[in-house]
Amino acid sequence: MTTQLEQRQTTKGAVQVEGLSVTFRNRGQETHVLNQIQLGIKPGEFVCLLGPSGCGKSTLLNVIAGFIKPTAGYVMVDQAPITRPGADRGFVFQQYSLLPWKTAFQNIELGLKIRGMAKGDRTELVHDYLNRVGLYKHRNSYPHQMSGGMQQRASIVRALVNSPSVLLMDEPFAALDAQTRHMMQELLLDIWEDLKTTVIFVTHDIEEAIFLGDRICIMGVQPGHIKAELPIGLRRPRHFDDTLSAEFVALHRQVFECIREETMKSMEGCL
Amino acid sequence: MAVSVPQMGYPRWLGQLGQALSSLFFSSRSSRRMLALGLFFGIWQLLCAVNFDVFINFQFVPSPVEVFKATLTFFTENPWVHFRSSIGRVFWGYVVASGLGVLLGIMIGWFAVVEDLLLPPLELLRPIPAVAWIPLAILMFPNAESGMIFITFVGAFFPVLISTINGVESTLSDTVLIRVGQCLGAKPWHIFKDIVVPGSLPSIASGLVIGMGNAWFCLVTAEILAGRYGIGYITWESYVTSNYPPIVMGMLLIGLMGAASSWAVSRAMEALMPWRVIKKQGSV
Repeated sequence: MTTQLEQRQTTKGAVQVEGLSVTFRNRGQETHVLNQIQLGIKPGEFVCLLGPSGCGKSTLLNVIAGFIKPTAGYVMVDQAPITRPGADRGFVFQQYSLLPWKTAFQNIELGLKIRGMAKGDRTELVHDYLNRVGLYKHRNSYPHQMSGGMQQRASIVRALVNSPSVLLMDEPFAALDAQTRHMMQELLLDIWEDLKTTVIFVTHDIEEAIFLGDRICIMGVQPGHIKAELPIGLRRPRHFDDTLSAEFVALHRQVFECIREETMKSMEGCL
Repeated sequence: MAVSVPQMGYPRWLGQLGQALSSLFFSSRSSRRMLALGLFFGIWQLLCAVNFDVFINFQFVPSPVEVFKATLTFFTENPWVHFRSSIGRVFWGYVVASGLGVLLGIMIGWFAVVEDLLLPPLELLRPIPAVAWIPLAILMFPNAESGMIFITFVGAFFPVLISTINGVESTLSDTVLIRVGQCLGAKPWHIFKDIVVPGSLPSIASGLVIGMGNAWFCLVTAEILAGRYGIGYITWESYVTSNYPPIVMGMLLIGLMGAASSWAVSRAMEALMPWRVIKKQGSV
């Protein structure tokens, strides 16, 4: 492994969300998606945004990424205000988002190529990362020749290879089968333990949030807000067996109760 | 307990024959395609043989055999000059049309200002059929040859242009692909080069294939301008002199060359897009 893979980046990746509100206007109708979000994330922290659909958790992530402009408030990453998307915030999408016309290698290489890294350097770096996630022998495969899990592994590496300050993940494992999902979660934690990049992980899966996060922000609906924050003190490194521990189950129940209320609210009028 | 199969009224060899035929023609897709062509010419010959005349009249339609004889005669009398002339006219019209169509299509799809400046007049010209251009082609071009190339160009240009514009616009509308580029730090040039151009390639390819066919489509129209040579010219001239079998021969030769060149273009485009997979119902 190269030095970059082993380097711990605990100094960068502080995220500050201040009084953030997002309102969508569609044909004169206003929808308040996010209301007065306040959130501080330490460098190297793994934070999960958890909530029922419609709570604006993906919108919050998109604002941090710079895809959506806030109506009020701001986001700062390492004291720099966010105005547009950039390579300092890696993004892993829910959908399979590798460029279909590029091989695994070419997809992962793209960010480095854009940055202007020399060919030899970027080949070496990409190969290291491909090895790290077990995709080296698939480096010349096109996305359609890869399984969903392999594509998401490549997507994660595509973001990480640019050594971002923050890794933003929008339900990246939601489309995978349960077995693959568990393996991906363990793999992600494994890489994160090495890199210590700040991670903001959006999910609606309670177990996933508890298993991965240092802290869970539970989001409420109408409009989206942070309802509760819960530190997860489970020891690291975590393994799948930990999900069966009494501590884990207790946390699960606590989060479930909290989120259930919001789910009921978001389903009002449907029942 | 054994179940006895009730004997149907036909002998066993008939069933075996059917099996042999179906394994011959349906075992592979290429033999199925040969069968389709065989049936096409067979039914046509049959309709001519029985002088079919129910609403559509086949009495004056040359049969495949007559057309074949006309083709043999044609091939014994220096056919290559006709082929050479026609292929040249289609080729140059197509080359200019595809180059210009792809270039302008990408510019129109990518830059709003280019769209505003170029698309309105192009949309105005697009519905005009090639045949309506003949008088202007005679007036505008220095010689018949360049006029004819212009007519095949008109046929090929618009499908290439419109498909390219659509390809660029639909790639631009794919929010995820564009965002992928943005959060890798891509500047507009990278998004253009690494995402928009390859993303619109399938659409450009279909425009190029349709354009190839359309260039041949306009050949007869173009060669109304011709003095002596060309497959389209022969077709038109045979009509004027009421010599029917060569008309159908000319039609079929144009069809054959159009199909072959479209096939070649689509193969070339597939080679440019090794990342595409197409699985059809019933394909192996």
